[in-house]
Amino acid sequence: MKYSSVNFASDPDDSEDGRLPGKGRFRVSEKEACRDLREGKKGYDEKVAKVLARQPEMKEVFTTGGGIPLERLYTPLDIGGLDYCRDLGFPGSYPYTRGVQPTMYRGRFWTMRQYAGFATAAESNARYRYLLEQGQTGLSVAFDLPTQIGYDSDHPMARGEVGKVGVAIDSLADMETLFREIPLGKVSTSMTINAPAAVLLAMYIAVGEKQGVPPSELSGTIQNDILKEYIARGTYIFPPKPSMRLITDIFGFCSDNVPKWNTISISGYHIREAGSTASQEVAFTLADGLAYVQAAVNAGLDPNVFGQRLSFFFNAHNDFLEEVAKFRAARRLWARLMKERMGVSEPKALMLRFHTQTAGSTLTAQQPENNIVRVAIQALASVMGGTQSLHTNSFDEALALPTEKSVGIALKTQQIIAYESGVTSTVDPLAGSYVIESLTSEIERQALEYIDKIEEMGGMLVAIEKGYPQQEIQDAAYQYQKAVESDERVVVGVNRFQIDEDGGGRELLRVDPSVGENQEKALKAMKQGRDNVLVGNRLEAVRAAARDENLNLMPAMIDAVKVYATEGEICGVLREEFGEYRENIVL
Amino acid sequence: MSERRIRVIVAKPGLDGHDRGAKVVARALRDAGMEVIYTGLRQTPESIVETAIQEDADAIGVSILSGAHEHYFSEIIKLLKEKSAEDIIVFGGGVIPEGDIPRLKEMGVGAIFGPGTSTSICIEWLEEEVREKRAKES
Repeated sequence: MKYSSVNFASDPDDSEDGRLPGKGRFRVSEKEACRDLREGKKGYDEKVAKVLARQPEMKEVFTTGGGIPLERLYTPLDIGGLDYCRDLGFPGSYPYTRGVQPTMYRGRFWTMRQYAGFATAAESNARYRYLLEQGQTGLSVAFDLPTQIGYDSDHPMARGEVGKVGVAIDSLADMETLFREIPLGKVSTSMTINAPAAVLLAMYIAVGEKQGVPPSELSGTIQNDILKEYIARGTYIFPPKPSMRLITDIFGFCSDNVPKWNTISISGYHIREAGSTASQEVAFTLADGLAYVQAAVNAGLDPNVFGQRLSFFFNAHNDFLEEVAKFRAARRLWARLMKERMGVSEPKALMLRFHTQTAGSTLTAQQPENNIVRVAIQALASVMGGTQSLHTNSFDEALALPTEKSVGIALKTQQIIAYESGVTSTVDPLAGSYVIESLTSEIERQALEYIDKIEEMGGMLVAIEKGYPQQEIQDAAYQYQKAVESDERVVVGVNRFQIDEDGGGRELLRVDPSVGENQEKALKAMKQGRDNVLVGNRLEAVRAAARDENLNLMPAMIDAVKVYATEGEICGVLREEFGEYRENIVL
Repeated sequence: MSERRIRVIVAKPGLDGHDRGAKVVARALRDAGMEVIYTGLRQTPESIVETAIQEDADAIGVSILSGAHEHYFSEIIKLLKEKSAEDIIVFGGGVIPEGDIPRLKEMGVGAIFGPGTSTSICIEWLEEEVREKRAKES
């Protein structure tokens, strides 16, 4: 491309009014103009050398948050290897770098989906209805830890934890309360549930039937991603092999019966929260994805079919440019892996659709109001990266669960980006930026390197057994902490620009300590009111299905939850049959 | 005679799976020359206290991000008293509201290090506490 010379001083008389400099001062001669890119760059570099001699830059090496070195300036020279049609293409077309839909946010904004749940089903139900009234467009259920780990509220391991980080669900009775007056045929519901995902999905199907909504009309997502539980999140129950079977049973059952359900949300979010870099987040998440696809293929399922119901979940961290590039790289790499390594041809099974949550680990307990700004920047990155749905964190989450007010601000942040910022009016607006395209390619390259290494080890299950991803993540987390403590990385309000604050009087959400007791009482009463012989029979049917790998576990589970067998009882049977996972401690 | 190295149990009680902080602190304490035993996830107060006594630990560092801190700290301190091991220092970190800290300290928790605390502050505090504790014992 040729750059023409520029002449700002169009009228020679302008120079005589005293405000503008003399005639021709702004005239750029042919000699000065950038006629050849390489030559121009050389000239620029010489100029930089002179500037540096006078004033060095603030750092010797600039890097992204994930440690990718950043050049001072990116030009077309940095993306010389990029082939538009091969590497970017068009939105809605392979390799989906620019987005999975042709019109993206011009057609419809992302789903604004705030993860919420605490205390009892009744209190969480009230919060969901508040969020729906506030304009939220989908639900996202947070379960308490006992529910996530397959214990009822009266189990000794549940003591002190009931209703704390999410809602306590013991049986279908709680689930009915949770969705009271929420039409399951109209909202889509995401449930953050992994090891016992099959049980909670069974309950959701049962509640739907009671509301008169057939399974084929239900839409939503279960997280159902056990591998990242072993790697980073920690709410596993069973060992990998039976866990993978539960997952493929769900894939198979939903393909036939709940076709609009996203059967898994393959999650990099927690991997990143545990301390990984952006490239590691992409790498380990996609490697997990490949492991699920392989397991399902081994179970006789067609990746062209179940591949359409796979969804992903990523983190939106602070480094804006790197994050935008990360989402684009993940999309491109997944499409390529599915096509080239898994032989998938169905376009919908090549598309990486994802949910995003802003990075909880970047929230500071110091000057918590600053977190509103962090969240806004992170949320913007996810939108520039083409997310399908988004949770924005509340500013007080380094201190406690969010209050109604702070959740409101978080949701408004999304609405401001959607309705006021203008970035949604054109698809993939940062494409073609030299730095964004360079970073997109670099993250894809680094992630693929990890994925190949994991494949060489024998796949993700073997790598997890060896503690490989765990170790990589922990090393990155420790490096980060050291960088903050040495002031190499600045965290505003934490290691620079601190102020004295007294946070004792802050308004925080408190979970009523009687929640556990009340939940236990309700559970006891429920057990007395149900047909316990029938429950016993249905639990034995679950056991029989667990023992026969040729059977799908889902129908037996649905039968069991319908007669109010509890989650703890069903998981108890599975614990007896499958055993429990023991953590491979890596330090 | 060279002084015995400080021995610390870093513990994750209950069902909370957030172990980034616990592991970072464990590594930092180890790099500061302490002997660190990290329990892994899903420990009961009983198993934590037992490990601390068996290992003759100077301190137990407890990490909780699930909101169940009152329950676990009170259980651990109660058990230490029952086993006449209340000389073992108890400290912790995680997502713990500032308003809860006075109550935890009344219980006998030595210090709570919230998000954003430099590990060097935690290390200095622990070294000082152990020095005082050992001075009392000798």
